[in-house]
Amino acid sequence: MLNFRGHSWLIGGAQGTGIERGASIFTSALALWGYRVFGKREYYSNIMGEHSYYYVRFDERPVHSHIERYHILTAYDAETVFRHSLEGVEGAALLFNQAHKSTKLASIHTIEERLAEDIAKRLGKQVKDVLLSDILEEAESYGIKVYPLDYNEILSKVASKTKETMVSLARTNNVVAVSASLALMGYELDSLIEAISYVFENKKRVVDLNAAVAEATYEHVRSKGYDTSFAIKLRKLNRNGKLLLVNGNQTVALGKLVAGCRFQTYYPITPASDESFFLEDNEIIDLQVTQEDFPVIQESKILDSTGSIVVFQTEDEIAAITAATGAALTGVRASTSTSGPGLSLMVEGLGWAGMNEVPVVVVHYQRGGPSTGLPTRTEQGDLRFVIHAGHGEFPRVVLASGDIEEAFYDTIRAFNYAEKYQLPVILLLDKYIANSLVSIEKLDVKKVKIERGEVLSEEDLLKLKSLNEEYKRFKFTETGVSPRVFAGTKHAVYWATGDEHDEAGHITEDPVLRQKMMEKRMSKLNLIEKEVPIDERAKYFGPENPDLLLVSWGSTKGTILDLMETMSKEGHNLGFLQIRMVHPFPENFVSSIIGNKKWVIVENNYSAQLGGLIREKTGFVPTYQIVKYNGRQISLDELYIAVKRVIFGQAPKRQVLTNGA
Amino acid sequence: MELKFKLTDYRTSVHNNWCPGCGDFGILSSIQQALYELQMDPSNVLIFSGIGCSGKTPHYINTYGFHTLHGRALPYAIGAKLARPDLEVIAVVGDGDGLGIGAGHFVNAGRRNVDFTVVIYDNEVYGLTKGQAAPTLKLGVQTKSLPKPNISQAVNPILLAYASGYTFIARGYAYDTNHLKELIKQAIQHRGSAVVDVLQPCPTYNDIHTKDWYAGKGNVDPKTGKEIPRIYKLENEGYNCVITNDMSEEEISKKIAQMIIKAYEWGDRIPVGVFYRDLRFDTFEERLEKRIPNYKAYPPGKQAISNREGYPIADISKIVQSLSV
Repeated sequence: MLNFRGHSWLIGGAQGTGIERGASIFTSALALWGYRVFGKREYYSNIMGEHSYYYVRFDERPVHSHIERYHILTAYDAETVFRHSLEGVEGAALLFNQAHKSTKLASIHTIEERLAEDIAKRLGKQVKDVLLSDILEEAESYGIKVYPLDYNEILSKVASKTKETMVSLARTNNVVAVSASLALMGYELDSLIEAISYVFENKKRVVDLNAAVAEATYEHVRSKGYDTSFAIKLRKLNRNGKLLLVNGNQTVALGKLVAGCRFQTYYPITPASDESFFLEDNEIIDLQVTQEDFPVIQESKILDSTGSIVVFQTEDEIAAITAATGAALTGVRASTSTSGPGLSLMVEGLGWAGMNEVPVVVVHYQRGGPSTGLPTRTEQGDLRFVIHAGHGEFPRVVLASGDIEEAFYDTIRAFNYAEKYQLPVILLLDKYIANSLVSIEKLDVKKVKIERGEVLSEEDLLKLKSLNEEYKRFKFTETGVSPRVFAGTKHAVYWATGDEHDEAGHITEDPVLRQKMMEKRMSKLNLIEKEVPIDERAKYFGPENPDLLLVSWGSTKGTILDLMETMSKEGHNLGFLQIRMVHPFPENFVSSIIGNKKWVIVENNYSAQLGGLIREKTGFVPTYQIVKYNGRQISLDELYIAVKRVIFGQAPKRQVLTNGA
Repeated sequence: MELKFKLTDYRTSVHNNWCPGCGDFGILSSIQQALYELQMDPSNVLIFSGIGCSGKTPHYINTYGFHTLHGRALPYAIGAKLARPDLEVIAVVGDGDGLGIGAGHFVNAGRRNVDFTVVIYDNEVYGLTKGQAAPTLKLGVQTKSLPKPNISQAVNPILLAYASGYTFIARGYAYDTNHLKELIKQAIQHRGSAVVDVLQPCPTYNDIHTKDWYAGKGNVDPKTGKEIPRIYKLENEGYNCVITNDMSEEEISKKIAQMIIKAYEWGDRIPVGVFYRDLRFDTFEERLEKRIPNYKAYPPGKQAISNREGYPIADISKIVQSLSV
């Protein structure tokens, strides 16, 4: 079996038939027994019918990435068997619906011609001649154990017990698939039913039905004696409290609630919209305030101790960023979330916010580009785009979170940077972070304090008035940051314009003022370099003198950390430099880490964009490149092979990874 | 009675660089006069504009003023209004700005009925870029700087506003500031999205629909031999189109049909005044308030987000609990 910690479970079926729900039951069941999980979801840009699948890697200790080679594959449609069977490790289990045994490959129209031909070639046959049983035989020859399940018999038993029709029971195929795999690993039925109640939010009728399906499946698996023939067994672990199961859309949304974001705009786009939906679902916000805090709150009373977030669906992404900016002018922490095509539309709004020093936070979930690209697949192709987006030059901050948990804290920091330095902040994430699922112990809501930068209150403005001074929104200061006034505050007015402007915010084309204003705005980048702690900008993991240094950004973090652990057991000491703030770029720190080390750039894009950026900023050129751009995240198993080739001097300068279904 | 705010409180000392005789001056003074007569605290008013000659308006008014992007004044304005529903929000847009590049925003704003006011500077040309055809220029018309007659149809701002869902729709004339000021006051006081389309001759690039043309040039009464002004006031002819909840479908249809006829009227007789008021619908803010009971009392822009020590006050423990196994 593989050298990596933990095991890999894979479920597949047609989109719209409950793959995600099935995975949710599985991960909940494992978490209930104290296992740590990492789940990766793959789906087509399609509502119903195309192939969808979900990997879950689980272990007794935390896992941060997925492995493509499975230990257990549970397939409730024939397509999944054709697509994934041969990915198993030796000794893996393949559970499938035996009714599909004689299904023809050629009869499955959702399998691409290219893939069908590859499968047939692998079996030494013509596409028209391939049956599902052929691929099962091939899998068995790899040492994969094949477990046929009689879905029909299982569901007939449920039908007779529950009065449900067989047609309506077809929607519980996913539960059969999940239950069978858990039964195989000796997981207790009672715990599974507990997981089912959790996932179906204790809705009795649904819970009872799915519990009956689980029970019938358990009986079936046991009657066949499958559970005694499979080596991987689960056990109840000691655990300290519950585990939080979250995806990146959710941790960002939770980060926004904690950060005090009270205005969110969006235009529907994959894979960003789920974040906005989650916020809308939680639009009324519980508050924790003591009497002593009330003076801070002044004129407004907190009714029923609740706050709220307005989630506003706009007509397009231009309106999304401009409405968020309009709201931010009044002092509310405002944000929008989008993906590539949406950010392309938002660019002019980014420029206006930059020009007028408005704190607005844009969460950008990258997906495969260019254009519509791969709407539901991952990529890190927008690094160069987001650091340059917009005509002219204006300061911005671009943060790239490494994982789902980090995204929570970065979201809060993003608002702090935006307000302290009065500029747009882009939080650069991707589909892998948005849609993957991880178990974590807790989110520490006190880890990052709220910092709002310099803001003048009504009293401050009255004082100014009494000194006969006029408030100037873009006043020249030593730091480049001018104190803000929230639009609508008494005793002041001010102006703002996308044109170059004077301190008051009125249009100017005066060359001297123009130069000073450019310098004022751009100097804020220097201030950020001076003030933001380096560990919020870049982080080094590993020994002082590693055998090999990996450099990367964003969602590859978990995979690289898991790889380091695996390889250190084999005696290879890797170092990892994670760039967290890609703009302004932490060049001194990066230079000091790279030094004269042999280093590899690892990125999910074609042109190794960070590698280019490092070269631009520091002069260092990566010794090796490992890139991938087929829309599927670099997996732990393929990175392992690629890095080993580098270590043993067998790698070309540029390796392009290709795994993924 | 002494008024708290003087008319001059709404003016700035910024040099105005509109062309001499521009209709924009009439709109500017009507807005200032309306704010003055309503005695609005300048720091309670947010004016948003887009790009073009109209875009400069906020710089000449002593309120919070935001000169935004071409076509985007509306979403900026709506964002601000939803964050602070207690503030007065006005968007001033050009015809190309609001009905060309910003048409999508114009239509979608109508759907929502946010309580704010849109003023359209309608002179049928793109002034600041030297007189190209704007979306309100009629088919076949060739204004001064056009190489060829206009090849596209014009959009009708009144009907587009109606189709989009605006609940107050009026048209004013830039050189009748008294009348225009009253329309703007009504628009501001209307609960919901209000549009005032302002006919505003561009003395530099629109040589067809000039001030003189609106005043009646060439429109000679055969009996008296005198020129008859083309502009007339709807209210002087007993026109009224207010839709209320207690009306029957039939009554409503009749009113709307009458409004459509008036909206199409052009040429020798051009109506100004209030075309349409619809009192049947909640504002967007009221709809929000039904979901978030303390929305108006404690809107996004007024919420405290941290305590004395700087820690967040949002308590997400219930949500975290629901995601925990």
